[in-house]
Amino acid sequence: MKVFIVIPAYNEAGKIRRVLLKLKKNSYKNIIVVDDGSKDCTAKIAEESGAYVLKHVINRGQGAALKTGIDYALEKKADIIVTFDADDQFMVKEIKDIICPVAKGEVDIALGSRFLGKAVNIPFLKKMVLKLGIFVVFLLYGINITDSQGGFRAMSRKASQRINLTADRMEHAAEFFSEIMRNKLKYREVPITVRYDTYALKKGQNWSDSFGLGMKMLFNKYMR
Amino acid sequence: MITFMQLLALAFMSFVSSRAVLRAKDKKISIGELFFWLGVWSALIFVVFFPDFTTRMANLVGIGRGIDIIFYTSIAILFYMIFRLYVKLEDTERELTKVVRKLSMMTKKRK
Ligand SMILES: Nc1nc2c(ncn2[C@@H]2O[C@H](COP(=O)(O)OP(=O)(O)O)[C@@H](O)[C@H]2O)c(=O)[nH]1
Ligand SMILES: [Mg+2]
Repeated sequence: MKVFIVIPAYNEAGKIRRVLLKLKKNSYKNIIVVDDGSKDCTAKIAEESGAYVLKHVINRGQGAALKTGIDYALEKKADIIVTFDADDQFMVKEIKDIICPVAKGEVDIALGSRFLGKAVNIPFLKKMVLKLGIFVVFLLYGINITDSQGGFRAMSRKASQRINLTADRMEHAAEFFSEIMRNKLKYREVPITVRYDTYALKKGQNWSDSFGLGMKMLFNKYMR
Repeated sequence: MITFMQLLALAFMSFVSSRAVLRAKDKKISIGELFFWLGVWSALIFVVFFPDFTTRMANLVGIGRGIDIIFYTSIAILFYMIFRLYVKLEDTERELTKVVRKLSMMTKKRK
């Protein structure tokens, strides 16, 4: 089975080398980094590591970058596509756990959940915002999930082809759920570990981003 | 009697109308949109020169003063226009993303 790891990255020069090295050590060979118009040398570092690097000339957001990476992986005949973050918050060792149910054909998509697993050093406020996100996803799509905003997933080729991501920015996390429902895909949550360090917290999503995200989700659901 | 303000309004409306015509000439807006804007501007001119008309309209729908009905309707129209702008902008952004994606794929292939 051909496994592809898709990594959206925006200004991650500080961490991405470490992430790519760990992936290599665990013998994941097919790695796609989508550099989203980074202002630092993210793309260069990724190229040096031997990953496939696709470059957006201007920043289009995480959702847009994911779709670019997924399209490219499909073109490269991927059987399973894993989405992973560039900021070293996820554990490379857990990739095999998240791939497992998809590889066995038990589900079409496996979603990493830090609340089934561990959220190490998560700040209280961040946790509350994420819980709110879970509630909003439940209200909008009727999916009962324990973690709605994570970027760690594995999906089959079929699921990757069916899931049509149109939202460019962070709303794509919610879009995964509407697409799972629309295509009646089988899904399962898998416990994962997410680590919060000062780097991740400084660069990660903040309050006002989350508020804007909520408004966008509502808009996409009811106004389009 | 024609007041200075009315003349000023007339000058302004003629200016924006001529802009609308020019836009339509270079096909920046469609004929439909041209008529929409000309309609809006002429309605405003009409109201500026015949303020009594708005008072009669206002009384008809149960709003006291003529000027108020203008405020209500313009706020409604403004909201609608902002909404449309928002939708348009979102669509443009998505189109832009497609171009950026295509470009990234094309430069990847060549290597
Ligand atoms: N391509 C792309 N990736 C992004 C963008 N913003 C964040 N990312 C990446 O998405 C992943 C998670 O982003 P992050 O901001 O840490 O989100 P959080 O962990 O949910 O707070 C990281 O790999 C980032 O590099 C963006 O605008 N474009
Ligand atoms: Mg992060």
